[in-house]
Amino acid sequence: MIRFENITKALGGKTVLDRISFEVSEGETLVIVGLSGAGKSVTLKHMIRLMQPDSGVVMIDGESINDLGRSALQVTRTKFGMLFQSAALLQWMSVKDNVALPLREHMKISEEEIEKRVASKLNLLNLSDAGDKFPANLSGGMQKRVGLARAIIMNPKIVLYDEPTSGLDPVTSRRIDDLIVDMRKELGITSVVVTHDLHSALFIGTRIMMLHEGRIVENAPPEEFIRSKNETVQSFLESQYITKKGKWETGLSHE
Amino acid sequence: MRSPARSTRRFGSQVLQLMHDTGHAMFMLLEAAYFMRYAFSKRSRTETATQMFTTGIKSLAVITVVALFTGMILALQTGLELRRYGQEVYIGSAVAVSMIREMGPFMTGLIIAASVGSAIAAQIGTMTVSEEIAALEVMSINPNRFLVMPRLVALIVMMPLLTVYTNILGILGGALVGATQLGVSVQAYMDNATQFATNKDLYVGLFKAGVFGIVITAVSCHQGFMTTEGAVGVGRATRRAVIISFLIILVLGYVITRLFYI
Ligand SMILES: Nc1ncnc2c1ncn2[C@@H]1O[C@H](COP(=O)(O)OP(=O)(O)OP(=O)(O)O)[C@@H](O)[C@H]1O
Ligand SMILES: [Mg+2]
Repeated sequence: MIRFENITKALGGKTVLDRISFEVSEGETLVIVGLSGAGKSVTLKHMIRLMQPDSGVVMIDGESINDLGRSALQVTRTKFGMLFQSAALLQWMSVKDNVALPLREHMKISEEEIEKRVASKLNLLNLSDAGDKFPANLSGGMQKRVGLARAIIMNPKIVLYDEPTSGLDPVTSRRIDDLIVDMRKELGITSVVVTHDLHSALFIGTRIMMLHEGRIVENAPPEEFIRSKNETVQSFLESQYITKKGKWETGLSHE
Repeated sequence: MRSPARSTRRFGSQVLQLMHDTGHAMFMLLEAAYFMRYAFSKRSRTETATQMFTTGIKSLAVITVVALFTGMILALQTGLELRRYGQEVYIGSAVAVSMIREMGPFMTGLIIAASVGSAIAAQIGTMTVSEEIAALEVMSINPNRFLVMPRLVALIVMMPLLTVYTNILGILGGALVGATQLGVSVQAYMDNATQFATNKDLYVGLFKAGVFGIVITAVSCHQGFMTTEGAVGVGRATRRAVIISFLIILVLGYVITRLFYI
């Protein structure tokens, strides 16, 4: 569904991605982990051509998006929903209007229908009371959830999450994790999730990929990932008190 | 000492960058102009109306003061000179013609660039660095239609209207100085003004105002979209938007007068 072939990207004179290749198949949840500055957000941005690779090809549904024209690119982008690391809500619009924006822009449906769809997504993310507030008056965690509501309002096939649970309390974080798992199991949504939280990575991911110094150092299902021989992966695991011996519930294990 | 070759290369790359930026701004402007036909479509009309309202209202107080005093200064300055020849009554035409043809659009342009243009650059700059523009692109919402077009419409419409307002206040300011300081009755002042100011002066002035509106929108939006490096970048974009708009307004003001009057 998403395939990177030898993607190289330099930014600010530094090679951020160095000949990266990987694939995400339909219905998978790929979790990308790595230290700050490892290029996780840059990788996500390549998937919808917010950034263009210096070399290499990004394939979506078997088609290179490198040279798509504007309208073809728009069609490809309708397959995606994206939650940005900074939530990226429009400041002058209320929560409701932010979430309704893609519907208003692209769908010829009645205002009642829009209200209904928006309300159901806000409800799903526990935001029912925040509809009339403005982004500036929301906590960071609430902004994230509004961003998520907006990302999934058009029911995309693929959802990209850039740190969906950073800045959220543990209870809400688990709720978001559950939502990501539910979307995969019930709707067959393909997801790519960037996170620093290994506990949630192990829970939601069908595969975990670690980026380090421009390369992929590990790309494996959760059970294998925690047993990785790679030193970078091991020290990353240890930093979050995850050991090979520990028994971790994963998204796959309770299927 | 820098070597000449290196300075030349540096200069060359700056010229290339300038051409690249100008091309980018032009493309943005053309696309926004193309989308102007949707200015009052269902999904854009609220934004267009909001932009027109804020553009019109935001700087009205400043414009009032500046316009009055511009007219007063013009009247006093030329009046003192004309008095030596006993021709004070000609301040009417002097003030009216220079307000309508030059000072009206010029002053309005500077004020709008400083107030509205800077606000546009700051807002779009903030949206750029906080990934809101990227979010629009992912949602397949064209920023040139969604953000630039309503501002373009607002400035093209409001600049001439505000210029008319500036002209009226400037001429009134001149009349005030004429009546109180130079012994020219309001009646004589107005007669003289209407005798010499032509419709052409008015049209050229309003044309200028419209062009300045386009310049301010293009420069401010473009600087906003080019913003990098967080809050510092937003400050830099805002400052550059105002300075570049000022320079272009100055030069174009001269060029347009030259085109129509020689
Ligand atoms: N637009 C840009 N211009 C220049 N350099 C950039 C740009 N975007 C990212 N970088 C650089 O690329 C590297 C990777 O950035 P990226 O945002 O992908 O990191 P990340 O893995 O998402 O980190 P974090 O966990 O902190 O979000 C960083 O060194 C960053 O400075
Ligand atoms: Mg990031």
